[in-house]
Amino acid sequence: MTRLHWTVILLALLGAVLILVPLDLTGYGIPWSGLKRYGTYILTLWLVTAIAAMGVNLILGYAGQETLAQAAFLGIGAYLTALTTKAGLPFGLAFLASGVVTFLVGILLGFPALRVQKHYLAFVTLAFGVLVWLIFRNEQWLTGGVMGISDIRRPSLFGVPLRHFINFYWFVLGVTAALAFVFWWIIRSPWGRAFTALRENPVRAESLGIDIRLYTLLAFAIGCAYGGFAGALYAPLVEFIDPNPFALAQNFLFLLMVVIGGAGSFAGPFIGAAVAVLLPEWLRFAEGYYLLIYATLVMVLMAFAPGGIAGLFERLFSARRGASAEKPPAPGLAPASQEVAP
Amino acid sequence: MTDFIQLVIAGLATGAIYALAAIGFTLLWQTSQTINFAQGDFVMLPAFFALAGMTWFGLPFSVSLLLAIGLSVLLLGLVFKLVIVDPLISRGVLPLVISSIALSIFLREGTKDVYSAEAQPFPALFPDVIVSIGGVSVSLAQLGVLAVAFCTIIALQWFLTGTRTGRQMQATAQNRQVAQILGVPVERMILYTFLINAALAAMASLLISPIYLAKFSNGEHLGLAAFVAAIVGGFNQVRGAILGGLVVGVVDNLAAAYVSTSYRQAVPLALLVLIILFRPQGLLGRKEERAV
Repeated sequence: MTRLHWTVILLALLGAVLILVPLDLTGYGIPWSGLKRYGTYILTLWLVTAIAAMGVNLILGYAGQETLAQAAFLGIGAYLTALTTKAGLPFGLAFLASGVVTFLVGILLGFPALRVQKHYLAFVTLAFGVLVWLIFRNEQWLTGGVMGISDIRRPSLFGVPLRHFINFYWFVLGVTAALAFVFWWIIRSPWGRAFTALRENPVRAESLGIDIRLYTLLAFAIGCAYGGFAGALYAPLVEFIDPNPFALAQNFLFLLMVVIGGAGSFAGPFIGAAVAVLLPEWLRFAEGYYLLIYATLVMVLMAFAPGGIAGLFERLFSARRGASAEKPPAPGLAPASQEVAP
Repeated sequence: MTDFIQLVIAGLATGAIYALAAIGFTLLWQTSQTINFAQGDFVMLPAFFALAGMTWFGLPFSVSLLLAIGLSVLLLGLVFKLVIVDPLISRGVLPLVISSIALSIFLREGTKDVYSAEAQPFPALFPDVIVSIGGVSVSLAQLGVLAVAFCTIIALQWFLTGTRTGRQMQATAQNRQVAQILGVPVERMILYTFLINAALAAMASLLISPIYLAKFSNGEHLGLAAFVAAIVGGFNQVRGAILGGLVVGVVDNLAAAYVSTSYRQAVPLALLVLIILFRPQGLLGRKEERAV
């Protein structure tokens, strides 16, 4: 069995578990009574967060740029979807429009910022995130201001209504799988390999004829579009949106969750999103302390394992292989410590 | 017209405080390529040190102020460098950026949990007396803030250009390798930069808290103001940071009066975007060669 086989089997198992987890299986002899409404909601929220985090991962882990506006892009997608579907546009079109609009905004934002200096994109996105939040809050005629927009209806798919929470969960699961596949394809394509080359050694990448700025810009814009797609799913999930989830602090948390999960690794955003969505649930007893724990976790990880949780697993995996097999780890499994460094 | 002048003077007073935070920010960038996303929280925290000194230990106000400056030099200067910066500095800018963002959340939430989530009144350093000069009424508090901020800046400038240590620090900032070859103790100079940054942040904190009240979430606004000031003025120049701070303070204040209070925050950010579009090196900055 090669590593690929194992990956396929593991993915199939994971997919089956994710599909079955909200169902009551006690009738089939399996002691699992299925997730309740709230559990399924949290799981759906995890998927939506992971989509946005995949976008951040593309920007941070592959193109080596910081984005501090992913919550704002999520907000643009969410408001766009809420407003257009309320005006009668089909959900499919609203979903596509959310991705296209955020992609274009990403191009407009990234183009001037990437012209200058490496870390200017961080500041420009920081400013943009605050501006977008101000617009959500202040333009009452459009966004409802602090009162937000309520009664956002869930769409139906080929005549099947997604009103029920399990149906909607399966729908989001399907979209996430599709977007994850696109992400996987991007980083495997020659195009994605250019990103990796860029991350590992920018000078050499440029000398091989890779247009650094164009690739970085496209990576940034696609990452923003993932934020928009996530927003388009977020609005019908929560059925009510207000400016709070798109405030400045949320922008920072998106960046941090990708780092916790493992920037530059495929599984990273999913792990990071799980930590970001589930940790507050587990730490209910600790009330407000979870952000403290979260921040400490990031600082410790940065100091000892910059590859994040995914990097830790990878390191564990390659260490075991190195100990048991006679073959040393392939150069592709580079030490995790290099993954985040630009 | 007198309204306008009053607004400008008030803006200069807050702008001078922003300048203090922005100077520290650019100093860190110059000497050690550290982008400190916790800078706003560095300005938030020292006021709480002073408050803790007064309410928990019953110290007099003046002693608490000294305690605040001392503690922030120790914690936000020395400990920050040893614990957060030193282990990460060799891995490039990105890990440090992430870590400083986490530190910012840590300081903010820690202050909220340990001290209070409510905005705390902070005793004023200067009496809030209004004096009228040629029809323009100015508050003594504002003039006092301006005076203290400018004395700090002048003292810093004298230190950087007039003393041997200061010139060694400048040499380190301009070209670390050459400075090292010429016998400058580079590591110690970088440490001094961190201590100075912490001291400047503490000064800014003690000056701004009587105006804005001390609140755990102040760092968000102050940090943004410091970034915008540093970039508008020129990321690689101390005098750029001073100009940037003053510009941001005045623009901020005028925007609140003439644009709209709900979009007050947006105006400095729009200024930032314009600067990046049309004068990316900042008002006073030198063009920097891209590393790649």
